[in-house]
Amino acid sequence: MEHKEYKSINKSVRKKDSMQLLLGKPVYTDDVSPKDALIVKILRSPHANAIVEEINTDIAKKVPGVVAVYTWEDVPKTRFAIAGQTFPEPSPYDRLILDRHVRFAGDAVAIVAAETEKAAVKAMNLIKVKYQVLEAVLDFRTAKDNPVLVHPEDDWFPPCEVGGDPKRNMVASADETHGDVEGILSECDIVLERTYHTKAYNQAMMEPFTAYAEFDRYGRLHLISSTQIVFHTRRILSRALGIPKSKIRVEKPRIGGGFGAKQTAVCDVYPAFVAMKTGRPAQIIYTREESQIAGSPRHEMEITVRMGAMNDGTIRVMDLYTLSNTGAYGEHGPTTVGLSGHKAIPLYTGSLEAFRFHYDVVYTNHQAAGAYRGYGATQGIFAVESIVNELAEKIGMDASVIRDRNMLKEGMVMPAYYNEIANSCALDRCMEHCRQLFNWEERSKVRDMGNGKVRTAGVAMAMQGSCISNIDVGSATLKLSEDGTYNLIIGAADMGTGCDTILAQMAAELMDCDVDDIAVFGADTDVSPYDSGSYASSTTYITGQAVVKACNELKKNICAIASEMLGCAEEEVEFAGTCVRHPGTGQTVSLTDIAYKAQVGNTIAAESTATHSSPVSPPPYMVGMVEIELDKLTGEVKVLDYTAVVDCGIPINPALARIQTEGGIVQGIGHTLMENVTYDGRGKPMESSFMQYKLPTRLDVGNLTVEFEHTYEPTGPFGAKSIGEIVINTPAPAIAHAIRRATGVWHRTLPITPENIAMSVSED
Amino acid sequence: MEIKLKLNGRNITASVESDTVLLDFLREKGCLSVKRGCDTSNCGLCTVLMDGKPVLSCSALAVRADGHEIYTLEGLQEEASDFVGFIADQGADQCGFCNPGFVMNTIALLRENPDPTDDEIRAFLAGNLCRCSGYDGQLRGIRNYLNSKKG
Repeated sequence: MEHKEYKSINKSVRKKDSMQLLLGKPVYTDDVSPKDALIVKILRSPHANAIVEEINTDIAKKVPGVVAVYTWEDVPKTRFAIAGQTFPEPSPYDRLILDRHVRFAGDAVAIVAAETEKAAVKAMNLIKVKYQVLEAVLDFRTAKDNPVLVHPEDDWFPPCEVGGDPKRNMVASADETHGDVEGILSECDIVLERTYHTKAYNQAMMEPFTAYAEFDRYGRLHLISSTQIVFHTRRILSRALGIPKSKIRVEKPRIGGGFGAKQTAVCDVYPAFVAMKTGRPAQIIYTREESQIAGSPRHEMEITVRMGAMNDGTIRVMDLYTLSNTGAYGEHGPTTVGLSGHKAIPLYTGSLEAFRFHYDVVYTNHQAAGAYRGYGATQGIFAVESIVNELAEKIGMDASVIRDRNMLKEGMVMPAYYNEIANSCALDRCMEHCRQLFNWEERSKVRDMGNGKVRTAGVAMAMQGSCISNIDVGSATLKLSEDGTYNLIIGAADMGTGCDTILAQMAAELMDCDVDDIAVFGADTDVSPYDSGSYASSTTYITGQAVVKACNELKKNICAIASEMLGCAEEEVEFAGTCVRHPGTGQTVSLTDIAYKAQVGNTIAAESTATHSSPVSPPPYMVGMVEIELDKLTGEVKVLDYTAVVDCGIPINPALARIQTEGGIVQGIGHTLMENVTYDGRGKPMESSFMQYKLPTRLDVGNLTVEFEHTYEPTGPFGAKSIGEIVINTPAPAIAHAIRRATGVWHRTLPITPENIAMSVSED
Repeated sequence: MEIKLKLNGRNITASVESDTVLLDFLREKGCLSVKRGCDTSNCGLCTVLMDGKPVLSCSALAVRADGHEIYTLEGLQEEASDFVGFIADQGADQCGFCNPGFVMNTIALLRENPDPTDDEIRAFLAGNLCRCSGYDGQLRGIRNYLNSKKG
């Protein structure tokens, strides 16, 4: 591990946009979009599966202020996917802008564009639609080979071969085995088989899906969108609308939260289509209800784990089967499922001799799922960490000690993680640190408080990745200004995470200047160097390394310009922050003078663009321990204390890493205890507003304690790994563990509500 | 119909429809700090002060402001600047979309109770949702501000 004294790295500097955000400046899509835009509204299907037999828009079009109403007959016939993924996407091309076949309650039936919202809403209500209502696939356990097909169309197209077959309602399928799974299972003292079920949680970022489209002064489509993926959105629009990429520009202003929801181009195509057809600026802002029912939530998964172990607690073999519900469209379906195994099974690399990981991803007539922080790992870790807690109890071993015995350790090869080597891994230190910090020995005891309430604790571990290896690309441009300051231009998307700031910290460290001397801009497809976007925990690790490269290249260019000024060879000078120095002669030339020289008769660029990608995706690690107080009469669970220790390599900005961790834990608490997603018998989603979809408030969160165990990741910028996603993974298994210890019941379906607890019967 | 109100310290007269929601009226008037996060009075993003009291502008009609004084964050920049830096130091602003409503309600809290306990802060701000921060950093920021005032 490297111990370096840094000036800007590992420092809790304020986010570059903090004061703008805290003082309510107009920085979001709806704030910066011109006000004369047409208002775009979507008429949505009330049926889970139906064919639009007739649609009459005549009366709707007569509403004063209505400019256009579009139906399936008006849109291009090319299928596309709206998942923000590198081309060729694993997600199938299974959408049209408007389809005659509507596949979930909330699917788009018509697009209305009007001068005012009032006129648009009135027109929506006057569109007459005759539906042929079809039987719907509403239980994902019955989807595979169901005679009712969600995608019976013949032009369904998979850009990648991922084992999908729409004639079987299948989006993807795979089966991988390492070692003699059945043989080792037969040798084990104890074999457990359990099934766990997680729901299609909403990201519920505070800013709903929003986009604005216009034709700019060059006659090109200009989209301002609250998106994590400007470049993918450009490509998606190009295919969906049938216009060349050179005619499209996508930019993002500040983003009011994403958590993966905005890694899918959920709403962008509608205002873009309206702008294209009418030639007028057009804007869409989803209502909260639309964001809840027609967004891009987590994949519902049912995970069955078979685990074989010895009586001494050695975990020898794991067989994990995931059934994933992608809903009506396949965005992120083939990829999220992979993480349910690949980012859960490797936690036990220390002792596992064999594993099998197999899965099916199925279409249903639910809202289409997408990317959500954790991206399948959250679901898989709930299953694996829960069954390990069950195993520990069965053999009478402390749940933290069984992990000591089996966990992944630094230097190990991870067969279940593409044979990557854990070059930086402090999972063992995280466990020990957390145990001490939390006082596990005392607080894990089941304590009857004498007032009908019980206190006890639970534990879980987690991992994630730091990018999509061999795929994600990050780039950065660094430019020298006349006063010796710099512009850092990126295509990654700061959605509140603070990446603009931590990337500037890296640049400041290398250019030996203040973070304030680095102005950051991102992201705009016309201006930014290519970046896959901010997802897969990749920005610190991938774009960060691009910043490092860009800085080093720019230093060379600056030295080259300076050496011309000093009349010496380039190799003779060195970069010294505010100047370039000739150590031999003691001569210096200031950065300002170099910058001005760069503007006069100069042929060496005073800027540099660099690109990075990685063959590996080093996992961050985490241990979480929770103390709860459970009311045995009402089933109410209070989280008293959540303690977490995280190994994210070297945290570039400890304050931001801490907030990411706290925020992730609280989202995880919400998924475990209160947030639910259910459908009625006809496929209508029930939790369509914040009235029913219960986000944690500040009264639902106990004390949060977050600390870090440093490792130095050799392939990361300044030793850093990712932090954004892993932090959501421990609450579900840790809290379920604590609830079991308080009640004698293992809850294997999330959320675990007071009703579920109060109505449950102890298995003991 | 015509309404007269004091908006951020300035007397204004405006013509509004009877069903115009206060939130939309305020954004039309350039108060873009006022955000819409739900539609069901659950998130607190649209909090403004009416005659000094916090109200959810998504759930009040513009006509209700007739004859009253409204403050949005645009009009309370200085008062907010006193403490928001402490929240920034925690990194707890995050995406920022909930910040204006949360900051407005914090102003209301601190006017009413200049020295609140942590539990009083949590209770007063319970209606201000934040999906990013996990709330603890916001609390630490307010606590650090209160401590700084005590020297």
